Amino acid sequence: MPDVIPADSVGIVTPQIAQFETPLALSCGQVLSSYQLTYETYGTLNEQASNAILICHALSGDHHAAGYHAMSDTKPGWWDSAIGPGKAIDTNRFFVISLNNLGGCCGSTGPTSINPETGQRWEANFPIVTVEDWVESQARLADLLGIQTFAAIVGGSLGGMQALEWSIRFPDRLKNAIIVASAPKLSTQNIAFNEVARQSIRRDPDFFDGNYLNHDSVPTNGLGLARMLGHITYLSDDAMGAKFGRQMRHDSYQYNYGIEFEVESYLRYQGEAFTKRFDANTYMLMTKALDYFDPAAQADGDLAAVLSKAKCEFLLVSFTTDWRFAPERSEEIVNALIKAGKPVSYAKIEAEEGHDAFLFPIPRYMTLLQTFLNRVANRLTTEAN
Amino acid sequence: MRSDLEMIDEWIQPNIRVLDLACGPGELLHHLIENKKVSGYGLEIGPDDLNTCIEKGIPVLDQNIDEGLQNFDDQSFDLVLMTHALQQFRRPDLLIDEMLRIGKECIITFPNFGHWRSRLHLALKGRMPVSDFLPYNWYDTPNIHFFTFEDFERLCREKDIKILRWAAVDGHLKDHWWIRSMPNLFSETAIFHISR
Repeated sequence: MPDVIPADSVGIVTPQIAQFETPLALSCGQVLSSYQLTYETYGTLNEQASNAILICHALSGDHHAAGYHAMSDTKPGWWDSAIGPGKAIDTNRFFVISLNNLGGCCGSTGPTSINPETGQRWEANFPIVTVEDWVESQARLADLLGIQTFAAIVGGSLGGMQALEWSIRFPDRLKNAIIVASAPKLSTQNIAFNEVARQSIRRDPDFFDGNYLNHDSVPTNGLGLARMLGHITYLSDDAMGAKFGRQMRHDSYQYNYGIEFEVESYLRYQGEAFTKRFDANTYMLMTKALDYFDPAAQADGDLAAVLSKAKCEFLLVSFTTDWRFAPERSEEIVNALIKAGKPVSYAKIEAEEGHDAFLFPIPRYMTLLQTFLNRVANRLTTEAN
Repeated sequence: MRSDLEMIDEWIQPNIRVLDLACGPGELLHHLIENKKVSGYGLEIGPDDLNTCIEKGIPVLDQNIDEGLQNFDDQSFDLVLMTHALQQFRRPDLLIDEMLRIGKECIITFPNFGHWRSRLHLALKGRMPVSDFLPYNWYDTPNIHFFTFEDFERLCREKDIKILRWAAVDGHLKDHWWIRSMPNLFSETAIFHISR
């Protein structure tokens, strides 16, 4: 809990809800007749509505990217280290929008919402949504907020995929795309990890084919297990080793299946904590959105051909110890952009945190974002005069 | 701008696609983007230099040249540049091949180790030269291959590389008649414009 709000914090923020009544046709063929998106904004939109930045969240993120909801909050938003007055994404200069994606469980329409046609929770019947669907819905939110063109769209991991999709789908609606620790599509290994995560949820007896809430149940074991697996893949071997090593709970081996090593306790804690804040159906949906994303597929795998439509400038960032979205994956995007002749800058940041690094305030990473965005802001000022 | 850069600026056509290998803080590329409307990228691995490039709006890629340039297509750039860096890479000969594969033309500048002062230093003192221009000791220098104006010319001949033009300048990057007549002895910086 903050005793006082730090000077570089956006302070107390209140989530807002946008209701949409225009039907949204989804990639899967189904149509959402109406839906809502929950979002937060930080900073002020300028007169020309040219200083907006959209933040796209990753697998387990939400709209609460910065600041606090109440003085009693134990933690600020998930990317508070990067968003705020004077920070890398400077709210003194930019109007920052962060939303909970469709299918989410933090306020936007998703499996835990009521399906207006049945009066029941959607649960397992909520249609599978894709990165493309998210980008469509984000564009509608931008319309609602009076933003024709974003100064930048920023995302890490699955969020980076959304920024990439924006550059292809709405080339005139963004000037810059910042894509961090991402990939143009998942690797086989990544899909495999996602499948194990899904199976651990689906095979939990408390899952009830996805309709667990209607059974007053939650597949905590399965969801917790999925999160434990995910967590391992987000950290680097070295980072885990440095944090826990072979540290033990007791002075000697107990020769049983209780917690022997501290890393076991950590993973169990992480898994359990996650089940208290996240919905299992949403988790499965998010992993499917990851699996399905492959913009190059529309051009027989030629990513450069697809990216030739893009009109924005790109900044790509990767982290040396990230093996879930390794630097080589970011470089696939970079190389396609080079082939397409697009302006792109790329930095491979030394970091020990693995995939999680994209959420950490690593000095070189923050400086890079700030430098890039400073220039974006300066250009807005020049253009306005 | 460094005067070898000023000199090569005159050789560069406007509106072309340029790849600047080991671009440092991007002085030349920035100048070319602003004044000659070229497009392209710099390659650089120094975090501070990379940041400076981004500050100036130069597209810059964090890529280690010694690990290869396979990600660039054949003849995909009009010009590949490398200023004062060739001596720092593991295999300059293979790197030149790569540069000519990627670019239709290349401009390369390097410190001429055949300069009379280097020769004199080694001959009289019996120790590796340390100068204002190459201010490193033998053990900590990033310059791992020392070669002369003539060495480079000879390599081009062996590889059937065309020398489109060359220049040789002193430490103040001035071009004098005596440097022109005996570049291997009098130039501190050699500048070559080459193609296949």
